Amino acid sequence: MKIIVLVKQVPGTDSVKLDPVTGVMVRTGKDTIINPLDENALAEAIRIKNTYPDVKITAVSMGPISAMKAIKEAIAMGADDGVLVSGREFAGSDTIATAKVIAAAIKKTGDFDMILCGERATDGETGQTAAMIAHYLGVPAQTYVSALEVLEDGVIVKRTVESGFERVQVTFPVLVSVNKDISDTGFPTLDGKLKAKKVDVPMLGNAELGFDKSELGLTGSPTRVVKIFSPKLSRDTIMVKANATMQPIDELLSFLVQKDVL
Amino acid sequence: MSMYVNCSIAEAKNLSEFKGVFILGEQRDGKIQAVTFELLTWGRGIADDLGCELACVLLGDEIENLDEVILRGADKVFFIQDPIFKNFLTQPYSNAITRLVNEEKPEVIIAGATTTGRTVMPLVAAKTNTGLTADCTELTIDPDTKLLLQTRPAIGGNIMATIKTPDTRPQMATVRPRSAKQSPVDTSRTGQIIVKNYAGATTMTVEKFLEFIIDTTQAVSIEEADVIIAGGKGMKNAAGFKLVEELADLMGAAVGATRDAVELGWSTYPHQIGLSGKTVSPKLIIAMGIAGKIQFLAGMQTSDVIVAINKDPEAQIFKVADFGIVGDVFEVVPMLIETVKKMKAKA
Ligand SMILES: Cc1cc2nc3c(=O)[nH]c(=O)nc-3n(C[C@H](O)[C@H](O)[C@H](O)COP(=O)(O)OP(=O)(O)OC[C@H]3O[C@@H](n4cnc5c(N)ncnc54)[C@H](O)[C@@H]3O)c2cc1C
Ligand SMILES: Cc1cc2nc3c(=O)[nH]c(=O)nc-3n(C[C@H](O)[C@H](O)[C@H](O)COP(=O)(O)OP(=O)(O)OC[C@H]3O[C@@H](n4cnc5c(N)ncnc54)[C@H](O)[C@@H]3O)c2cc1C
Repeated sequence: MKIIVLVKQVPGTDSVKLDPVTGVMVRTGKDTIINPLDENALAEAIRIKNTYPDVKITAVSMGPISAMKAIKEAIAMGADDGVLVSGREFAGSDTIATAKVIAAAIKKTGDFDMILCGERATDGETGQTAAMIAHYLGVPAQTYVSALEVLEDGVIVKRTVESGFERVQVTFPVLVSVNKDISDTGFPTLDGKLKAKKVDVPMLGNAELGFDKSELGLTGSPTRVVKIFSPKLSRDTIMVKANATMQPIDELLSFLVQKDVL
Repeated sequence: MSMYVNCSIAEAKNLSEFKGVFILGEQRDGKIQAVTFELLTWGRGIADDLGCELACVLLGDEIENLDEVILRGADKVFFIQDPIFKNFLTQPYSNAITRLVNEEKPEVIIAGATTTGRTVMPLVAAKTNTGLTADCTELTIDPDTKLLLQTRPAIGGNIMATIKTPDTRPQMATVRPRSAKQSPVDTSRTGQIIVKNYAGATTMTVEKFLEFIIDTTQAVSIEEADVIIAGGKGMKNAAGFKLVEELADLMGAAVGATRDAVELGWSTYPHQIGLSGKTVSPKLIIAMGIAGKIQFLAGMQTSDVIVAINKDPEAQIFKVADFGIVGDVFEVVPMLIETVKKMKAKA
């Protein structure tokens, strides 16, 4: 069985710069991590590899050349190999343009049974890319998955939805996006680290993927960021100190009544 | 092995062909879900600004009270009816909606940023080759260009971005649940219910729905709750966290938790608020024993009224709070519970 795990490299801290004109994220390449939910997806792939014979895991990332670090980390944690999709023409892609390119890169790596990825990345946070990738590959997408059971010819997924869970059975090939409940994240192993050093991770650019330039980057993106601004964060806080009397509680309750939320 | 019906409307360059606003309603067990009525509020406003019709799209087998959608603001209801639509399955849902969109050519489509909306809308956007903006908190029509301006938080709520879809149609967005009030019933309203029966390829799928399991701990799901009582590591242990549940129960509120509280096993992941959990925007949230780290704030800072109880006067949670009590949760919360009990007894 071949599993593709998508790993997006995201900023590790809260300090992200945006180009005020184009609204495109500017990254320094320093202090980056694998998107946390992608690590959960990777851990689930590794769990499957440890349970069933002949499972191969390929980590795929699209991003600047520095995203190679994310793939090497994935290999250190247990992926067998990886593919980096990188090129200046891809910069500024929205989810449609991103998904087209990632899907094309996955196709290049040959047949697969399952794609595992996080339900949402912590930077762009759209949670849209995975389903779009599934569309461009012509496979079904199962989203918000918190448990997965591997069958002979497919999987049964448990989706965490509003007010409960849905169980759905689907045949391979399939894309599954996961939430945190799927698997505890793992750690790099010594063997893995050695392997990560040795493995040659191929890079795919548009020379290999062959898109028309109009389909890529900002030009290939139907959405346009037209304005970026900071949300109003701080509020005028009424502060009271607890003092063993009922007074702070009464003040709170009359505040809530006045705000019409009780 | 693709079962998808690939019907791109990219060829239809004539943008003016696209008219009208669609909202994507939701049902479970044939009952129309509250998010549908919130979407009617969004959709009605936009349709009025554009001077066009508002249609609600619903998929299902049998659906109760379809009329209510009209009384609450829709001019038309497209009811796509087939037993396969009883439960959400990505292939038949996205195929059917795409087919309707290609037939009707709406200018704008809005869905809830629910697990369903966030799954089916990307598929429909990709199939129709147009843009989609995620999780919007504000939608307006640009008075000059008549384009839909879609505003959304990103990067853990640290920035807001306004996005438009200038060159393709429909313009598609998901909106955060609870970011609009439910549209009220107006019994004088009239409209049309159009039933669509799509058979064949549209309803075919490799997916099989097995079952829906209600999560009883989510009696009130946190994304839909008006009031959330949330607890963090300051609740000390599982027994302490029970105070959070007790107050929530008393107030008919949902229980929220920080990542630390979930990891310690005091609550479960469906209750986690924050960057790697749920994003909530209730009318009232009471944060108890919560530090207010940025990853937590990312999931709740757009709430209407924020109350914080923390023994550390410097705790960051107070920066986003409207009302803060500096004190020990084990003193303050039991008093609060007693007072609410008394209020309820009187009422
Ligand atoms: C402020 C801001 C707002 C934006 N709003 C929108 C918008 O509303 N609509 C829109 O279409 N675009 C939007 N974008 C662009 C969007 O963020 C990018 O297209 C980005 O590539 C998709 O990232 P995401 O964080 O949204 O991914 P998500 O869709 O949240 O990611 C889900 C999963 O897909 C996989 N994945 C995603 N990207 C990659 C990758 N590069 N490599 C490997 N795996 C990946 C990962 O497994 C990830 O866990 C916005 C960008 C910014 C800066
Ligand atoms: C990538 C990433 C994603 C993350 N995602 C999330 C997320 O989705 N959600 C999330 O919550 N966190 C998330 N975190 C973790 C986050 O950074 C914090 O660690 C977490 O929110 C802290 O939880 P807490 O406030 O319960 O605990 P603490 O930080 O330990 O705070 C406890 C608070 O309780 C107060 N307190 C203690 N005792 C009492 C008492 N007796 N009475 C009153 N007050 C008391 C203390 O003063 C303190 O302020 C994420 C972190 C990372 C790196």
